[in-house]
Amino acid sequence: MSQPNRIAGGQIDDKHALSFRWNGRNLTGYAGDTLASALLANGIRLVGRSFKYHRPRGIFSSGSEEPNALVQLREGAAQEPNTRATMVELFDGLVATSQNHRGALEWDLLAINDLISPLLSAGFYYKTFMWPKAFWEKLYEPVIRSAAGLGRLSELADPDIYDHGFLHCDLLVIGAGPAGLTAARAAARAGCRVILADEDFRMGGRLNAETHAVADMPGAEWASATCAELASMPNVRMMPRTTIYGAFDHGIYGGIERKTDHLVDSAGKPRQVLWRIMSKRALLCAGATERSIAFANNDRPGVMLAGGVRSYVNRYGVAPGQQVAVFTNNSDGLRTAADLEAKGIAVSAVIDARKGDAVIDTSGRKGLRSLRLNDGRKISADCLAVSGGWSPNVNLTCHHRGRPVWNDGIMGFVPAGDLPPGLSVAGAANGTMTLASVIAEAHDAAKMIACDLGHARGAGKAPTSSDETYEASAIWHVGGSQARAWVDLQNDVTTKDIKQSMEEGFQAVEHVKRYTTLGMATDQGKTSNTLGIAIMAAASGNAIPDTGTTVYRPPYTPVSIGAFAGRSRGKDFRPFRLTPSHEWALANGADFVETGMWLRAQWFKRPGEAGWRDSVDREVAMTRASVGICDVTTLGKIDIQGRDAAEFLNRVYSNPFLKLPVGKVRYGLMLREDGIVYDDGTCARLAETHYVMTTTTANAGTVFRKLEFARQCLWPDLDVHLISTTDGWAQFAVAGPNSRALLSKVVDSMDLSNEAFPFMACSECRVFGGTPARLFRISFSGELAYEIAVPARYGHAMMGALMQVGEEFNAVPYGTEALGVMRIEKGHAAGNELNGQTTAHMLGLGGMVSRKKDSIGSKLSERPEMIRDDGLRLVGFRPVDRTQMLSAGAHFLEKGAPADMAHDQGWMTSVAYSPELGHSIGIGYLKRGGERFGETVRAYSPVRNQDIMVEICSPHHIDPEGERQRG
Amino acid sequence: MIIEHPLLGPRDAAEFVYLGDAAMIDRPDGMTVDDTGMHDYMYLRDNPAGDIRELWYHEQGDRSWLVVTRNTITHEITKVELARDVARRSGRSR
Repeated sequence: MSQPNRIAGGQIDDKHALSFRWNGRNLTGYAGDTLASALLANGIRLVGRSFKYHRPRGIFSSGSEEPNALVQLREGAAQEPNTRATMVELFDGLVATSQNHRGALEWDLLAINDLISPLLSAGFYYKTFMWPKAFWEKLYEPVIRSAAGLGRLSELADPDIYDHGFLHCDLLVIGAGPAGLTAARAAARAGCRVILADEDFRMGGRLNAETHAVADMPGAEWASATCAELASMPNVRMMPRTTIYGAFDHGIYGGIERKTDHLVDSAGKPRQVLWRIMSKRALLCAGATERSIAFANNDRPGVMLAGGVRSYVNRYGVAPGQQVAVFTNNSDGLRTAADLEAKGIAVSAVIDARKGDAVIDTSGRKGLRSLRLNDGRKISADCLAVSGGWSPNVNLTCHHRGRPVWNDGIMGFVPAGDLPPGLSVAGAANGTMTLASVIAEAHDAAKMIACDLGHARGAGKAPTSSDETYEASAIWHVGGSQARAWVDLQNDVTTKDIKQSMEEGFQAVEHVKRYTTLGMATDQGKTSNTLGIAIMAAASGNAIPDTGTTVYRPPYTPVSIGAFAGRSRGKDFRPFRLTPSHEWALANGADFVETGMWLRAQWFKRPGEAGWRDSVDREVAMTRASVGICDVTTLGKIDIQGRDAAEFLNRVYSNPFLKLPVGKVRYGLMLREDGIVYDDGTCARLAETHYVMTTTTANAGTVFRKLEFARQCLWPDLDVHLISTTDGWAQFAVAGPNSRALLSKVVDSMDLSNEAFPFMACSECRVFGGTPARLFRISFSGELAYEIAVPARYGHAMMGALMQVGEEFNAVPYGTEALGVMRIEKGHAAGNELNGQTTAHMLGLGGMVSRKKDSIGSKLSERPEMIRDDGLRLVGFRPVDRTQMLSAGAHFLEKGAPADMAHDQGWMTSVAYSPELGHSIGIGYLKRGGERFGETVRAYSPVRNQDIMVEICSPHHIDPEGERQRG
Repeated sequence: MIIEHPLLGPRDAAEFVYLGDAAMIDRPDGMTVDDTGMHDYMYLRDNPAGDIRELWYHEQGDRSWLVVTRNTITHEITKVELARDVARRSGRSR
């Protein structure tokens, strides 16, 4: 297939044709092309529509600064919007489409926006959609939403893999143009461990795009020879296709490497890798970005940056037009004409702004056809190479709040002294604009860094090169036309918008940016920021340095969210932890629920049970009637040992712990230092200097962290040591009147009678003929109950064995739901009650906060507001009409009181259906609740549309005296 | 960020959990302090533009609490100590 604009030469492999699809058309390019160069080679100039006005747009540049040529790449789930065609390495089978148009690209229906552009001027969102207020939600917002945005997401899960990695080096060289290659070579020869990263798939930077000579050979040849030398050195890592997107603390740089983006199929390999690069030193050799000149209708397809034109001609062997005109305000632009003529491309005019010539308007509906000059001449051209000067790529130098300074010599901002520590700059990024001086500067910088790092081997000599002079002039904006002149192509910001913003009082650079959206598009204004600032300066009459710059932040170019997520996506973001009895539960009909990080059995469904309530009611009833078994491994377990362990516990629990005897368990209440209840659990004394603490499932990690804080920071000389054993022991609650009988058949030779092993006893023991275990007589259910722990590796076997032994008692496994029902029946507080606002008084546990000792939180728990008598208290509730079901979250109101916050009396925290009582029960916080047993109040739940009367009662719905658990 | 652990060498910040001002070490004795003293310990923090000493916990490592001296403007870390040593130096013991 013919490529009408393909010319000879360049660094493409014309023996290796690649076919690709653009908007449904099959086209051909060559290996070494970008999508942009292949489109140009095929004569395609119109590639997209602009953001706001839907103006026809073409390829504007040849690099990552591209504002116009944003395309949708690939299809289906792998589709990626807003991909810069200039950065997409062509591959066989590539599929891309244009974006931001309704109907065909050539006949975009939304091009109407261009005709109503006066309505869409700066700040139009703030002005146009203010009234009537009701229109926002119903009309404006949906319309804007459907019209706004460039590409479209597939809304399917990304099928590709992304990885994260760490790298270490002495010197990170950012950019592999003449400066970067020179510096990397010098540092590597001196013995540094060097990483050389470049966003392009072909290293060499502008050397590939220009006709300069280095070391007496063509620049591109020198670049590939130098790359070959570097690649052969063991202390160098070459990272093409890698963008260093941010400079972070302590010499860490973020890099995004596109591993398989240039392949049609990633074949299971990561598409991109997000690198965290730890460097001792870094050298920014990121070069410079060319900018445009503002003149009327400077956005037509065919208007391109001059450097981009040279790039297509010299590197890609593509003629961007048949008749090219050049418009420049600096010496660099003039080389374009020479390069074009050397390739036999007609140059229709060279317009040098420094001589007073200027383009004042362009015409051509879907692409440039002619130019009008300020002397009245009309020039035919299908491509205009514009150079408004070069802006050093200072971005990374500003990632630690540094601000660049204006340099009048090059008409651009250059890095100031306030660089991130360890970072230096060389070459065009530093404002050094000619080749020989770039090479010399980079060579010296690398030598100095190597020397600083103690690498004294010879760095060699810097290569010789051709040199030129660089002169830029301060010509930014060409007036003389009423038509719009674009500054920011991607966000459709014109010189008029900037002037209007200034007139309307938004004059500071950060205000202009936000009011006009200048520089806020995905290209972050790479080609437009300096131009915009120059136009602001002209409008205000200030100098450019006094106008300032906006803040540069990471990322330098867009990084996909998938790369930041890496492998931490879906369930891998937070994998389940499985209990030791998980497999057993799976085989026995369990439904599971996430509790914190854990997956726990919620209930065990039996044949014939229609809904979850059937299973839960049965589990509760059978446990209370005989015996039930529940895996409670997820509760946090902390092993505490040392001569001062008792003293330590006495300081971290609010209730006394010094006198807990060996072989006994005590309930412990833990406060935060501000006096609010933090956590509760039990603590067992297994030996004189050995305790085992349990915590709630949710706080297992943070309680441990706080205990370590107390141990290391508050009382560093207490003899106490901690280790988390949550995963070390599988623990099972065995609850119900037959629990003792069951365990008697499990535990080796141990007297479990109430006298020998009473309520709150604990002991180390052995089970099933020798397996080590720990037995605690504690009860969350309120029944005669035990918890038995075995090393986690026996957990699965233990669950099966307990159930087998329990067969004669009709033992049931029970899940978290039955556990919850029984604790609500018993009035035990859990997560719903401990919500970070709860005081010990609210729980009715005020008496547990000892006044005879100092413990964490005890002092501030005594604040008057937290111990007031008329405050909230945890009490029980039952519906007056026993057939009604209570709702958690309902608020309590006096009968007849209005339903507002002023009359709020508290709220229901937990509710359950009690199979034993045969009706719904609840617990919750109520003002003066402790004094109000027997009263009735309204339980009002507007979210559940419920308003019922409830009776206040003790929170201990079942066995308030605790006779069962002590029996 | 990289924290130079006194025992383990340079470690990535991702291994740590941050608590805040190292003044948390100077907890007054609840039996002798007045309300204001405990209130100030609990709630009052300096917010300096410059050096701050703060507590970091090596949760994904050796579980040491560290006192890190960090410049809030530049993020430069100038000193890292074991919190236990800092506590002892400020007179804390048992």
